[in-house]
Amino acid sequence: MSPLSTARARPGRIWARFLLRRLLGLGAVLVVLVTATFLILQLVPGDPARAAISVDASPEEVAAMRHSLGLDRPLAEQFASYVGGLLTGDLGTSFQTGEAVSRIIATRLPFTAQLAVFSVLVALLIAVPAGVVVAVACRGGRRRPLDTAFTTTASVVGCTPEYIAGTLLVLLFAVTLGWLPAAGAATPASLLLPVAAIALSPAAALARIVRRETAVVLEEDYLRTARAKRLGGWALYARHTLPNLLTSTLTMGGLLLAGLMGGTVIVESVFAWPGLGSRVVQAILVRDFPVIQGIVLVIGLMAAVINLLVDVCLGVLDPRTLTGKTEEASSS
Amino acid sequence: MTATESDRTARPALLRAEGVTVGYGSRSVAVPVLRSVDLELRHGRTLGLVGESGSGKSTLARTLVGLLRPSAGRVLHEGRDLASADRGEVAALRRSVQLIPQDPYASLNPRMTVGAAIAEAVDPRRASLRRHRSEVERWLGLVALDPDAADRHPHAFSGGQRQRIAVARALAARPRVVIADEITSALDCSVQAEVLNVLADLRAELDLTMLFISHDLSVVRLVSDDVAVLYLGRVVERGEVHEVLGQAPAHPYTRLLLDSVPDGRELPRPSEAAAEPLTPHRAVPRG
Amino acid sequence: MTSPPRNPTLLRRPGLVVGTAGLLAVLVLAVLGPWVWGDQAAQLSDSTRAAPGADHWLGTDALGRDVLARTLTATRLTLQTTALATALAASVGLLLGGTIWLSGPRVRTAGLRIIDVLVAYPALILSLLVAAVVGPGPTASVLAVGVAGSPAFARLTANLAGSVAARDYVTSARMLGVPKHRLFLRHMLPNMAEPLLVLVSVAFGTILVTLSGLSFLGLGAQPPHFDWGSLLSEGLRELHTNPSQALGPALAIVLTGTCAGLVGDAVAAGADARSSGVRVLARSTDETSAPAAGTGADSGAGVLGVRSLTVSDAFGTRLVDGVSFDVGPGEIVGVVGESGSGKTLTAMAVARLLPTGLRTSAEVMRLGDLDLHGRPEARRLALDLGVVFQDPLSSLNPALRMGTQLTEVLRTHARATPQEAHERVRRSLVRMRVADPDELMRSYPHQLSGGMRQRAMIAAALAAAPKLIIADEPTTALDMTVQADVLRLLREAGRGGETAVLLISHDIAVVSSVCDRALVMYSGRVVESLDTSALRGGEAAHPYTRALLSATPAAALALAPTGGGAPPDRLATIPGRPPRPGLRPAGCAFAPRCSHALDLCHDSVPAPVGTGTGTAACFAPVTAPHDNAPEDAR
Repeated sequence: MSPLSTARARPGRIWARFLLRRLLGLGAVLVVLVTATFLILQLVPGDPARAAISVDASPEEVAAMRHSLGLDRPLAEQFASYVGGLLTGDLGTSFQTGEAVSRIIATRLPFTAQLAVFSVLVALLIAVPAGVVVAVACRGGRRRPLDTAFTTTASVVGCTPEYIAGTLLVLLFAVTLGWLPAAGAATPASLLLPVAAIALSPAAALARIVRRETAVVLEEDYLRTARAKRLGGWALYARHTLPNLLTSTLTMGGLLLAGLMGGTVIVESVFAWPGLGSRVVQAILVRDFPVIQGIVLVIGLMAAVINLLVDVCLGVLDPRTLTGKTEEASSS
Repeated sequence: MTATESDRTARPALLRAEGVTVGYGSRSVAVPVLRSVDLELRHGRTLGLVGESGSGKSTLARTLVGLLRPSAGRVLHEGRDLASADRGEVAALRRSVQLIPQDPYASLNPRMTVGAAIAEAVDPRRASLRRHRSEVERWLGLVALDPDAADRHPHAFSGGQRQRIAVARALAARPRVVIADEITSALDCSVQAEVLNVLADLRAELDLTMLFISHDLSVVRLVSDDVAVLYLGRVVERGEVHEVLGQAPAHPYTRLLLDSVPDGRELPRPSEAAAEPLTPHRAVPRG
Repeated sequence: MTSPPRNPTLLRRPGLVVGTAGLLAVLVLAVLGPWVWGDQAAQLSDSTRAAPGADHWLGTDALGRDVLARTLTATRLTLQTTALATALAASVGLLLGGTIWLSGPRVRTAGLRIIDVLVAYPALILSLLVAAVVGPGPTASVLAVGVAGSPAFARLTANLAGSVAARDYVTSARMLGVPKHRLFLRHMLPNMAEPLLVLVSVAFGTILVTLSGLSFLGLGAQPPHFDWGSLLSEGLRELHTNPSQALGPALAIVLTGTCAGLVGDAVAAGADARSSGVRVLARSTDETSAPAAGTGADSGAGVLGVRSLTVSDAFGTRLVDGVSFDVGPGEIVGVVGESGSGKTLTAMAVARLLPTGLRTSAEVMRLGDLDLHGRPEARRLALDLGVVFQDPLSSLNPALRMGTQLTEVLRTHARATPQEAHERVRRSLVRMRVADPDELMRSYPHQLSGGMRQRAMIAAALAAAPKLIIADEPTTALDMTVQADVLRLLREAGRGGETAVLLISHDIAVVSSVCDRALVMYSGRVVESLDTSALRGGEAAHPYTRALLSATPAAALALAPTGGGAPPDRLATIPGRPPRPGLRPAGCAFAPRCSHALDLCHDSVPAPVGTGTGTAACFAPVTAPHDNAPEDAR
């Protein structure tokens, strides 16, 4: 028996187990989401059928509406048909336009996904380098002014919600300077402002996390070991600091990135971006329930998938997270 | 200091473990940490418990004070099983066995004055520093601290002072048995000497029965009458301290432990040492 | 081991001052706003969409109402809804978290999983969901945002309760029979309050932003009521005609949110500093001063020569005060002392690995022919000097395989190919009696036992065949039997070749077992240097060395007259405490605690004098054989 044997399993098996567990988790999220979206209709105070059509509709019209919504059937049966519909890709039709919800989602999802992906990338590309550079430069209390400037800027920007950032960006770049389009998705350039609006605040918050975590990693014992090896700056920071930094950053920043989905909803309304977010706000205002259900479900799934991707990245970076519980690590 | 054989067995057992088995994890995949441990704490004697990390020392301590339930076997406090005692009795029995934890920085509530902490040990239900002031100051005096220490918070004290406060708090509950779990392993050696001396004085003064858990054989040899050696969850050897840790260790593991003590004498030449001794190379969580 | 001051002065925490002041100002505006500016805010005028000017600082809206007055008036409604939603989130969350923590293990695990999912779900969308159910309106949005914010509180409460309940002081109180309600009120709640407070202030900021967001979308405040969010959305509509209209509410939201965040940060930072006891150095300099005038001083033919090494902190306090010593080729020298004696700082100064903020100076500090002053060449430093640290787990990078880390010096500095480096480390591991070196090099650090990790660290240090290995408490984190193995191997390494070892340890027994020579440090100075054979024979000359021996159980037992049979009843103790580096007395630092001290000892610092077995910095060295009598009977 090898003296090293500390109940080791093959890496492949660890990964398989990890992915299985995470996929099961994703399944659980799906169940919760489906149940929650189903319950929207049940929880509406009063009669959703009446809420769905005009206030002065005749009782016959309301009854017809109830029937078409299936609200006159037992709860279990409604749920079964809702789930059945989901499985066949039938998410119902919009009260307002009569369009199939699945079509609405199919045409609008790419726009939202585009926004989300670019925003995540931009947020990471700003936050990680900025946080690392400031942490290294200000290590051990050096360069106080830079530290203060960074912290102040990041606090203010971090507290600037995407709709304000969006408004200000439009004001500056579209209204005053006229460089970029203020709304719509006609040209690639029109992507710039919405992405900036969404990414700015999470990037600032994330940069502060990165800065704090870098400061922690820089004082770790293993970094002292690396310094004892007299490694150059690149090896020290890229090989020894970055991977450990990304694990703690991703653990805490994962939530931020998933929360970014919320940002898209508002920003789409500001920029009249033809994505899911602007559509769901519109649907809520007119109480178009099938559309609300469908879009909330899809956005929730996107958030869950982002979470899963973050966990997979964590597993690649730090194999310890594959087996251990991450609960302690993620309590902040 | 050395008791005769008859004296040793004549004393009543205040705390006894019978076939205690404890496992962590869920029932199906439980990893046994303690396997069928028998122990006995006799009145007025100190039992030293020796073992390395992963041997189950701390688990045993927590089981003896009732913080963990054995999956098999039982723990008897003065002949009574905690599991079958009624509610009122459990509280009294629990108070009669006190545990002094290892880490002096974690064992005192940072938001509570030292005096309030000791007062709480004196009277857990209606403790107030004002009411128990004289009692609190007496205990502080017994561990060689000034009376005005009562009004300060733990952060104002050094590690050794904190550990003496923890001793005072445990003893203020007037326990019949004290379990000291590695209480000096976080301390510098001159500070360790102070804590050990305070403990030795209090033992004589208060007629204490003690379980002294440590990985340090020299310390155990210094404070104990009897000793038990724990290895991978089993008691592999027990007896009077001068036998087990003196001339005649019977178990090979005890011998290995004794050989490993850097006691100021030169270590044996490497050629004399075994290339790969039976060290437990297991990833066992510490503590 | 002193704790930082409990309440750092307010001036050191500008964030707290600014944040609190800002929030108070907003609170005052919320109370006064509608009374003072309410009428003006509702007053229509002909000057619609006016640009900012003397009459209307922020201009007017589409109906000619003053934007500034409207913004100030809206403070009350905004703050009311935000406070309500925060209170709702906190109380629902506390209740939920408490319930989860109190329920059985299975419910707890499931509950925490669900909470995790909910926390990960964007709060805004959760709010939209609630708004969809209840319909647009301020009540709905408060309810929505409050509910959406509660999972964060629930998770923190459950996690905090779990961790606080497991702390030793809670366990101790339980064993003392403290009743449950008292346990919760006196032991748990005070220690949970701070993180919860931080979350409250952070949540206040996010809830303000989210609520305003809902109003912005038209789902919050409905006309004729207005809050900052709805004002902002009006402003957006007029962006092309009167841009300033959006500015007021936007600034109000951002600044209030920032203030709440600042307060949260400051509270969190205060809690951090207290719990970890980290001292932040005010100013930092990391430099070794150039050789002083006495460069020519003889430093012997040893591998390592150090003369008058001083390490001082940013305030000029000497943590290490004029330390001189030599290490010969293949020699094993132990540096022993209690915490705060400066032994580790001495070693790290030699290794050029001091933390930032400390300043080193020395007359001579050289390793072979390599001058350790200034900026010694990294390649030579890496190859000539190996370092082994205390905790082999935290000293190894968790994200890299052992092989990568162990071969790094050879690959980077010895220009070895990966294969060569691997082979050299492999051979070194075999020397450290590692049975399966290839397996070890494929592993990650967390997969190995503590002893294996430390063997690997030593093997890596040896692989480059350095002139000196500095081992800082290499066995303190290890078990006794493993410690013995590692110490034997370390000594074998030292004896085997040209590599000398500088072993730092708090345990005088370890040093006297392993080393050829011991340096005893006290309060930043070397008080005695002696052969370990003399140490083992009880021939130490300095009173501190003797006191240390008498206070160490292993050494005291070995030196007991009966030869380890009957142990002494009590250990000797040393009265008092070591002085803090800044408060070191004028003379010998040990004099106030020394039973042999003369008047002279209190006035001037003794220079090292020969003792026959080494040197001792003492005016009254002890010559009698060690009798193990307690130095102090107290």
